[in-house]
Amino acid sequence: MTEAKVTAESSEVLKPPISHAGIIGWARLNLFNGWFNSTLTILILVAALQLIPPFVNWAFIDSVWNTTGAECQQVKGACWSVIPANFRLVIFGFYPAESQWRPLLAMIMLVGLLLYSKNRNNWGKRLLYIWLFSLFIMGVLMRGGLFGLQPVESAKWSGLPLTLILSFFGMLAAYPLGVVLALGRRSNLTGIRSLCVVYIEMIRGVPLISLLFMSSIMFPLFLPKDLNIDKILRAQVAIILFTAAYIAEVVRGGLQAIDRGQYEAAESIGLNYYQTMRLVILPQALKIVIPPSVGILISAFKDTSLVVIIALYDLLNTSKSALSNPEWMGSSSEVYIFVALIYFLFCYLMSSYSRRLEAELEYKSTE
Amino acid sequence: MATESQIINSAPSEESIIKIANMHKWYGDFHVLKDINLDVKKGERIVICGPSGSGKSTMIRCINRLEEHQKGTIDVNGIELTNDLKNIEKVRAEVGMVFQHFNLFPHLTIVENLTLGPIWVRKTPKKEAEELAMHYLEIVHIPEQAQKYPGQISGGQQQRVAIARSLCMKPEIMLFDEPTSALDPEMIKEVLDVMIELAEGGMTMLVVTHEMGFAKTVAHRVVFMDFGEIVETNEPYAFFDNPEHERTQLFLSQIL
Ligand SMILES: Nc1ncnc2c1ncn2[C@@H]1O[C@H](COP(=O)(O)OP(=O)(O)O)[C@@H](O)[C@H]1O
Ligand SMILES: [Mg+2]
Repeated sequence: MTEAKVTAESSEVLKPPISHAGIIGWARLNLFNGWFNSTLTILILVAALQLIPPFVNWAFIDSVWNTTGAECQQVKGACWSVIPANFRLVIFGFYPAESQWRPLLAMIMLVGLLLYSKNRNNWGKRLLYIWLFSLFIMGVLMRGGLFGLQPVESAKWSGLPLTLILSFFGMLAAYPLGVVLALGRRSNLTGIRSLCVVYIEMIRGVPLISLLFMSSIMFPLFLPKDLNIDKILRAQVAIILFTAAYIAEVVRGGLQAIDRGQYEAAESIGLNYYQTMRLVILPQALKIVIPPSVGILISAFKDTSLVVIIALYDLLNTSKSALSNPEWMGSSSEVYIFVALIYFLFCYLMSSYSRRLEAELEYKSTE
Repeated sequence: MATESQIINSAPSEESIIKIANMHKWYGDFHVLKDINLDVKKGERIVICGPSGSGKSTMIRCINRLEEHQKGTIDVNGIELTNDLKNIEKVRAEVGMVFQHFNLFPHLTIVENLTLGPIWVRKTPKKEAEELAMHYLEIVHIPEQAQKYPGQISGGQQQRVAIARSLCMKPEIMLFDEPTSALDPEMIKEVLDVMIELAEGGMTMLVVTHEMGFAKTVAHRVVFMDFGEIVETNEPYAFFDNPEHERTQLFLSQIL
């Protein structure tokens, strides 16, 4: 009798204690538990009150959106007019104005395809062919010279399309190269291993800027005079080589985390080295290193802005040239905020996708 | 008299399938296996026991070349184990191995764990490989777990999947390295039962284990190792009841 009663009572659904429920409960638990947190909360509140209203005033209330540069001189707030007035220059740089629909279309294709590829159900042979075909079309759009499109030499490629090209192909090529380097660094063959170690440590020992300089200034000195390798391509290669070294170290960490038993089990059912890596080890290792890899890819994306120093006009550099126009010289904050938002958008998409991928790949485990 | 009380009487054939002769192995300067000589007949079942660190794992891992030996010869089903990669691949396909910690592939479902070898090594078409996998999952009594991931099933079930994974390669020989010592007591029996059924089917088996009941039921011979040497080899009842060597007696007194 009594036993039955106890079971019935304990299986009753209990409500949480009052202090943990509601906004007040939440605030007390998270913002004001203890003097340290309370002080911190108050300090942050004060700082926010000091900073946010003036910014809102500047950005939204006292601001203008559609004026000439001269009119902006009189305005206290932000002069957002600088964006529409220089939009094409910032985004497309020196790409011929009448053909700017082409990079626009190429960018839309790229972003559309990336979004489509987010869904893992779409992955397969078909998607690969779609990608190859689209990359070809994008190339034709940018370069011209086919299908009656006017040729545009790569020296004119600039702005956002250039940033996207450098970072997209940078990541696309750097990741597999990084994986190969990581495997090489763990190889039993001394020659391969030392080669990879030297490569990785050398690249990680120099800043990207110096690699860019080398690729743009020193490298051509060693080439025959009439062989002229595209400047963008050289910067691209430098970015790939640089990023790959960092990816390699991250992937190596992932490989180290895989139990030796996994290799032994794979080998004992007769898989060879490549099959073992491809089917058993890398799928597990790469999953572990999704967060740090995406971190590297995000910084590689932002680091493409360093091509400024070899006089390539990426997104950041085209905005600078918009600001060099005397009419808009006073509006640098507005332009940089706009460019920062574009960078932020792409980086945010990358990091949110990485979180999603990680969750999707989480094996259901009861352990 | 001893063999009569075995549950399984199937006698091994006369033909040797594994021949280990004067085999030595070193880890650096450490002489881990010393002059190992062992002849295993087709269909024979051998239980290997001995103190921890005596080289049991190392010895059976040499048989499918997870470890390299430095001196002497190992011949598995007519294939001599050398540095020749071709031979190593051939041997691995013929020798199945079950590990103490199961070593299932956690990122693949149970059925994918089983089909990996057949599809990639044997080039079996996917559909056929899946049928094969289901067949062996039934043999180890867990066909209903096929679509789960290793992390979702119990240790005993995982070890049975690991056995099925090896069987999918249709090996001639099965090696077991302490297959039950990482399991909770209540799960040991389900794994041993599967191994006994395998023995009834006539599989050649080398099993590192301290499960004496299993040894008495299944083994034709028990091999005792200590300090990298085979100290004593005998029929199971004789081995457990009248050990010849002092070291064997000491060891048995410790595990009993
Ligand atoms: N990879 C290795 N490198 C060096 N020593 C090892 C290695 N693996 C095992 N050993 C040593 O070899 C000896 C035999 O190990 P092992 O065969 O695993 O013994 P058992 O399985 O009988 O417990 C132990 O002393 C162990 O420390
Ligand atoms: Mg062992």
